This record gives sequence, C-alpha cells and structure tokens, in this order.
Amino acid sequence: MKERVWIQDEGIDRGAEKLTPERIEKTINAVLGNEAGARLKAYVETCAHCGLCAEACHFYMSRDKDPRFSPVGKVKQTIWEMLDKKGKVSVEFMKQAVQVAQTECNLCRRCVQYCPFGIDIAYMMSLVRRIAHKLEITPLYIQDTAHSHSATMNQMWVKDDEWIDALHWQEDEIREELPAARIPLDKEGAEIMYSVIGPEPKFRTQLIYQAAAIMNETGCDWTMPATPGWDNSDMAMYTGDSEMMGRLKRMHFDTAARLRVKKIVMGECGHAFRSVYDTGNRVLGWRMPPVPVIHALEFYWDLLNSGKLKVAKKFEEPVTFHDPCNVVRGRGLHEKAREVVRAFCTNLVEMYPNKEHNYCCAAGGGVINCGPPFKNARVEGNRIKAEQLRATGVKVCIAPCHNCHGGLEDIIHKYKLDIELKFLGEIIYDCMEKPNAV
Amino acid sequence: MTQYSAWDWGVGSKTVADLSACDCDIEWREESLASPDGEQVAAVVKTGDAEFGVCVNGECWEPRYERVWYLKYSPDGRLTALANDQGDWTLCVNGEQWEEGYGFLWNTMFSKDGSVIACCVADSMTYGMVVDGVAWENLYANANNFILSPDGRKSAAVVQTVPLGQAEIFKFKEGVYSVAVDGEAWDVNFVNAWTPIFNTDTSLVAAQIRVNLFDYTIAVNGKPWAEIFNQVWEPRFHPKTNAVVAPVRVSGRWGMARDGKLIWQPTFFQVWQQQFNPSGDQLAAIVCPEYGRWTLAVDGKPWNTTFGDMVMDMTYSPDGRRLAALGKQDGKWTVFADDRPWSGQYDMCYAPVFSPDSAHVAARVEKQGRFTIVVNGKEYGTTFDQCFDPTFSPDSSKVLIRGIAGGKYQRIVEPVTQIIG
Amino acid sequence: MQDIYLLVAGPLAWAAWAIFFLGSAYKIWSTLAVAKQKDQVLLNYVSFRYALRSIINWSIPFNTTNMRLHPVFTGVAFFFHIAFFVLLIFISAHQIMIEEGFGIGWVTLPDIVADILAFAVLGVCVFFAVRRVIRPEVNYVTDWTDYGLLALVTAPFLTGVLAYHQVGDYMTMVILHMLSAEILLVAIPFTRLSHMLLASLTRGYIGSEFGMVRHVNDW
Repeated sequence: MKERVWIQDEGIDRGAEKLTPERIEKTINAVLGNEAGARLKAYVETCAHCGLCAEACHFYMSRDKDPRFSPVGKVKQTIWEMLDKKGKVSVEFMKQAVQVAQTECNLCRRCVQYCPFGIDIAYMMSLVRRIAHKLEITPLYIQDTAHSHSATMNQMWVKDDEWIDALHWQEDEIREELPAARIPLDKEGAEIMYSVIGPEPKFRTQLIYQAAAIMNETGCDWTMPATPGWDNSDMAMYTGDSEMMGRLKRMHFDTAARLRVKKIVMGECGHAFRSVYDTGNRVLGWRMPPVPVIHALEFYWDLLNSGKLKVAKKFEEPVTFHDPCNVVRGRGLHEKAREVVRAFCTNLVEMYPNKEHNYCCAAGGGVINCGPPFKNARVEGNRIKAEQLRATGVKVCIAPCHNCHGGLEDIIHKYKLDIELKFLGEIIYDCMEKPNAV
Repeated sequence: MTQYSAWDWGVGSKTVADLSACDCDIEWREESLASPDGEQVAAVVKTGDAEFGVCVNGECWEPRYERVWYLKYSPDGRLTALANDQGDWTLCVNGEQWEEGYGFLWNTMFSKDGSVIACCVADSMTYGMVVDGVAWENLYANANNFILSPDGRKSAAVVQTVPLGQAEIFKFKEGVYSVAVDGEAWDVNFVNAWTPIFNTDTSLVAAQIRVNLFDYTIAVNGKPWAEIFNQVWEPRFHPKTNAVVAPVRVSGRWGMARDGKLIWQPTFFQVWQQQFNPSGDQLAAIVCPEYGRWTLAVDGKPWNTTFGDMVMDMTYSPDGRRLAALGKQDGKWTVFADDRPWSGQYDMCYAPVFSPDSAHVAARVEKQGRFTIVVNGKEYGTTFDQCFDPTFSPDSSKVLIRGIAGGKYQRIVEPVTQIIG
Repeated sequence: MQDIYLLVAGPLAWAAWAIFFLGSAYKIWSTLAVAKQKDQVLLNYVSFRYALRSIINWSIPFNTTNMRLHPVFTGVAFFFHIAFFVLLIFISAHQIMIEEGFGIGWVTLPDIVADILAFAVLGVCVFFAVRRVIRPEVNYVTDWTDYGLLALVTAPFLTGVLAYHQVGDYMTMVILHMLSAEILLVAIPFTRLSHMLLASLTRGYIGSEFGMVRHVNDW
C-alpha cells in the first residue's frame, strides 16, 4: 500500500499539544459510553467485516481501492481501535483519527445503502468528530466556521446589519429588472420564510436575487428575517458540537415561529437541509421540524405543478444533474428535481450511478470547510466523480447545493473538465416567465 | 395618542380609513399596521422613483426617503420607521426624524411604556445602540443580542472587545466577547455570551456564557455561576429577589437552575422560555417532558395537555394565577389555557392576550386565509382579510378589535359577553 | 467413548441449546433495553412498515444495488445462509435425533443431496477464507477473530461430512461434530455471529429512517 499521508493542520496540531493520555481516555469513554448507546454497540457487534461497503465510497474508488479509504476501513482506524483499547490511544492516533473522520468521510451515507445490515458508518464518524470536538482537535477552518456560528448565528461572520444591507441592496438591484419586486423583511404572517446560508449574503448575492425574482414572479407571500436566525447552515453539526447545532436550529425555528410563517423554504443547500430537517430538530426534542421545511428543489416542483411557475423558454444546451446527498438520500427529492430540470432543459444527460445512489461531491459533511490544507487530498479523493462528469460529455452541470458547487468546482478545475456549474434556480430564473419584467 | 384607559371604549364599529385612499400619489402600499388604540392604520408607501414615505389614515408623512422600513408603533402609540436619507440612516418618529444620522440602524426597540425608543447602530464598522437618538459613547468591533431594559433606562448587548483576525481559533477560545451595558463592557471576556437581560431595577444583567467550547453557565454582572453545565438557555431574574433562573442541561436532560443550583430536576428533553409570574411566587416554562411532546410546566410539574409539533407564546395572566400558550399539533394551532385546549383548530394563532382581571383570554387566529379573534375559545362572528391582536378594556368587559376587510380598516369595540355568549 | 457421546448428545446439547436460546433472548433484550435507556430518541423513528420494507428488500437475492454489484458473493452468501438452515433442519441424521427426542418429524433431504450441499457449504467456507486473504478491502479489516469465527462455523460441516463418509474414527467424528455445533450455538449470541440476531434490528432501524423520514429507498 502507498504510504499514508498525514496532513498538517494548525487546529489539529496545536490542539493536540495540549492533550494528555488521561484526557483522551476520559473523553473517548465519556462519548462512547454515555452518549452512544445500543446503536453503536449493535453496529460494532453486527459488522461481519465483509468489506461490502467499500465500493460505496468515492474516496475508496478514487484512491485505487485503497482499503484504508473504505467505510469500514475508516471505522477500523477510529472507533474499533478506541473500543479495543478502551480509550487508551495515543495523541498521534487521535490526530490521525480526526483526519479520517473529519476529512476523508463526507457523511454522505451512501455506504449505509450498501451494508447488508444497514450499519450507519456516518454516525460512527460523527462520534469520532464529537470526540475530536471535546478534545479540541478539530481542523482549523471548520472550527473557525463553528466559532462564527456561535458568535453571530451564521456561518460567515456576517454582522446583523450586513445581512439586512445585503437584502436591501439586492432589492434595489432586482427593481432594475422587476420594478415592483420586493424582498419583504420581517413580514409577520407571511406564508413562507425564505432562509439561506451564510455565504449567500457574503459572496453569492445573485442567488438571493434569483430567489427573490422567482418569489415575486410566482406571486408568493414570503419574507426574510431581519434578525439572526436567517442562516440555516450548520457546521457545528459537522464538528460534533451538537450543543451549538441546537442553539442554531432553535434560533432558526424561533425566528420562523416569531414571523408566524406556515413553512420555511430554504435555498439550494444540502447540509443545511440535513441540519434543519433531520438532525438539528432532534437535539432540541422536536421529532420533526416544528415548522415544515421545504427544500428549494421541492419548492420549485410545487410552483411548477401548481402552475405558478411557467416556462418561457427552454435551456437548450445539454445538461447533467448532480444529486446532492442530503436531499436525495436525505429526502428523496431526486425525481422531483428531474421533473423540474426536464421542464426547463431540453436535454438532460444522466450520470451513473445517480439519484439516491449518487456519488458525493466530496465537499459535503464539512470536508470542504476544513479548508486549504485538505483541498488536494479531497480533490484526489473524488476522481470518480470527475470520470462520471466527463462521461456525460455535457458542458453544463446543475448542482443544487452550495457544498456540491465548491467540491465540483475544484474537481472540474483539477481534472480539466470543461463544465460550467449552475444552480437550478439560475436556470429557472433565466427561463421562466417574468410577467412583470421591464 | 391618549392613555389606554382614555381610549374610546364605546361599543360600536367605525371605518377608520379606506386603504386605497392616500393624499399623495403612491405606486404601492406595503403591509398595514394598526395603532394600539386602533385609531390609526399606517403603511410604508412608494411615492416615486426610489422614493418612499409612510401613509397614516390616508395622509402621507412629509419627509420622503430612499428607503423606509421596519414600521412599528411604540406602546404609547408613536409611529416609528427606519429611513435612509441620502446614505444616512435615521429613525422617524411620527414623521420627525432623529437629529443624528448613522451608518445603519435596525431593530427598533421600545421601553414597556413606549417612552424610550432605541435602535441598534453600526457606524464606521463599529457597533452599539442608540437610545432616543443618542449613541453609546463606546462602540465595538461587533455587537449583537441587543436589549433595552423594560423601564428604558439602560441598554445592553453582547460585544466583541478584542480584535479577531481570520481563523484565529485559539485567540477566540481565550475569549473575545463580553456584555456592554450602556456601552460599558464587563471587565471580563468569555468565549461566547448570549441573551443579556436586566433585573427589575436594572442594576444587574445576566447572560448565558460559554467558558470554553463545551462548558456553559450564566454570568451576572460578569461573574459566572460556580456551576458549569453541558448547555444553558436564557436566564431570567426573579422580579423581587434578583435570583436568576435558567434552563440547564445535565447528562443529556434539561432542568432548571436557580443561582447555579438545580430547582427542577433534569428530566426533560427540553426546557425554555421560563417566566416568573408577576409576584414571583411561581415559575413556568415551555417543556418537552417526553421526546416529541410539548407542554408547559409550572414549578417543574408538566401539564397533561401536550402537543406534538410545537408550543410557544407562554403568557401569564396579570394576577399570575393563569397561564396560556399556543400549541400546534399535526400542523394546526390552538390556544391552551389552564391545561385545557380550545376546541378550535387554526392555521395560525398569535400570542394569547389576558384581560386585566385575568378572567378572559383572547387571541388573533387565522383559518383558511381569513382572520378573526377568539375569546375564551369562542370565535368572533366576523372575519377579516387581516386583523391585529385584540385588546381588552381596562374593566375587562370589552374587546378592541382591529381589522381590515374589503380594503377598509375598521375599529370595533365589542362587549366580551357578546362574543362568548 | 460412549460416555463422552452420551455427554455431548445429552446434557451438553441441552446446555448448548439453552445457552443459545437464553443468550439470544438476553442479547436482543439487552440491546433493546440499552436502546430504551440511551437511544430513546431513535425509537421514535422506528416504523414497523418501513422496517419490514427494508428487511424484505434485503432478503430477496439480487434485489439490492450492492447485491447486483457483487453477483458471485451474493449468490454464495445467500446459498450459504440458506444451506446452513436447510442442512440443520432437514438432514436425516438430525431428523432421527429430533424424532427420538420429541416424537415429531418432517421431510428430510435425500442423503446424496445433503452430502452435496454439505460439500458446497465447505466450499463456501473456503471461499470466505480465501476472500478474506486476497481481497484487500476485506483483508484490511480482518483479524484473527474473523478466521476464528469462520472456523467455528466450518467445524460442524467438516466434521459432519467426515463422519458421514466415515473418515477417521466414526464415533470420534460424531462427537466432534456435535461438540463443534454446540460451541457454535453457544458462540452465536456472544460473538459477531450475533448478526443473526441483531441484523433485523439494525436493518429495521435504518430502513425506518430511510423510509419514514428521508422518503428514499435504502437498497
């Protein structure tokens, strides 16, 4: 086997300087003993070490089937060892375990669909991340993002006024095209609260613009909050800081409740959907989200099927569609998404495997958020996606998720694919009927 | 506006304004807002190219702005709006703007009686609060979690006291946040601080703090409790003794602590939004006694009426003996008071309102796109396109109903007995 | 020798079955008890309908994506698990013992079929062992316990075949056959062979999450 490359990361390395064997042992046993329960026990005792999960993983497939990158291989390098040694593992081991769990697994849950016993390996990797959080050896960049969440309730250190200012700005912009358009702020009693992730007001304001155009031109009764709680993203979920995840999600749902909206519609983001729909509500005691959460893909589909969203022209160039894990394996939206894509695009060329069996973008699960130190490893770890993309022969890929965009962009660059990435909302905005446009 | 007791409490209904009428040319009219006494209805209006104003009962405010938003009535009936005047932001009160302009203003707040108005301010990349037009002397690199004391005498926020560069995670962990009261920060920093709150005489401020990445507690005037918890939520002061209570999480379950010591055993899946009753002899909170079921608990004892989706807007009666809140089950809302739900199911309910004698509970509700008010579970016969929260008369015998139907805003005073039959 | 035979065929057999049943019951009970104590939240997401949907879909050969990706292994694995129980229940020698002990009986396999099946199972055991050695992704996660468990599973078949074909001392082989089967029985609840007991729980749970919450197939 090739020599394993252990990457230097300031967050991990400087954090590890303060570790003692006692603290490691105590922390591991506390997390595995107190927080994990029958599920972990059953998973460890049921796993037949059959290796059938290996080919589910894009890291394994992309790294020439190196077994250290198979799902079960990652469990062996982390949880098994911790359990075998009853927490008596070295500092060096912990540093490596963090790299494995935090940067070599996207928690995409594809392997869950390949394990005959349905063992949730993503859950076990999350436990490792939880231990790393408690040991303060989380990679630098994602830890910084988690800090931003804690201090500002959003992912990008966006200050309270900057958020409002960004929306005012986009409202001004959109009125150049749609003179009567509004981005109604803090409108109590609106039907929809539209929430986005931190990078949108910071770097991708055109997405807010496009969403506002769709909302206005389809006659939606909508609002965006003028207070923290507007950000639905959640890197705390991916650093194992479930307490902070709870705090973020409470803020989000409290904001929706304060505005008395009937539902939350969220932008094209995958991980945020997982946090709002699946994990965040649970840590707070809500069995399901207290305010229904509709992902953009489903929202578009609803608009299309209710006749509010009309196709003015078709996007003629052939496109392919990348399925984001958190909304296909996490919510089964792959068919609805395709119906919308087919309504707006003449030629959809599929990647295989696809739909709920998609390969991840390798950016999700907080991996891209671990930043530059891990970028090369991440991109090398997803050659298979590049091959998939190349095989379609198309020049446009629709990826309805921010992390997927980041991940695919890097892959496109590295593997020299001549492909342009688009959000589905971009295409809809370009091709829909805009009766109020000037 | 006149005092609450001097409002027109004569039974009857009148059309206050036709919403289509305005004494200035308008391109569009935004959401309508009724004054607390019901005598006014106001909205932001677009009066020209990049020109906005406010229309009150058909009359436009004189000044026009590039942008006007966040229209709010103060409890004493003054109408406020945030307005952008050639790049500078100001607060307009009844059409008169604050003298000083600022880089950015937002989140207008009022004292309980409405006599004091405050805003959050950002100016030259520094942050703080402006109270009645006067900004804090010290502004900070960042501030959030703003609050104005109920009597309006003091304001506070979580502030960043130490510069923090990009991705400086180790510096962050040393603590760069504090709480500033009237711009003066505590002399101690924490990893995080959230939801500062004043005691009754505003001499104390309590806030949630995080002392490292995973230990939480409450600090009062900068002094943390001796006890550390896995998680905490918003603190509240006892109205008389200055004791502080906060939900705390211990071994995965939530309870309530007073000055660091558990007073409700940690048996709940969730506890939050606790409130003392006015006399302070009772403490209630929204709780999740079993996973996925929500209700209220009084002094740690949960009610029997539970809801699966959500419970919110817990409200004490003025005499402190009754509690009401909203509960949502299978997507439908209702009001529940005294551990009993109303029979009606609604698409939306707004915060319950008690009568001054605590005998009646009312709420604004929405069903199939129509709004009305409900008193003690009995719906008012008429529905509206939009309506506002009901208000009981000082003697609790009448209800003020403010609603919009057919493009006209109406003010109605109805005897309570007429509604509850 | 006769005494040993009587011991393994009598008290030890009873003890093995008792430990197997009690141990299995304990295993399932203790897993559910811990789940109730520590995974109470998760129990809210268990749906009988979706659990069953998942279990059924994973019980049909070549029905899942991964099974079709590994047709040989899938065929072999299904054959192994089916043959294991078929031989256990329908082999005539077992039948005789059951009839003697309980006075009940059912159809039996012709000896020749049973013999072929048994040889095939042995072949599968060899296949499993070889796979553990030569497939890197399997080898990487294999330790001595995996070979040990495989040996435990193989032993009753090997000794059974040897006894049937009277290789070596017949009585010794029969005793070894019974003994190894008894060890296997005892081992099931207390080793990773307990997947026989827990698989439906893990499968059912994840099937529920995928079906009820995530609205997607888990196969």
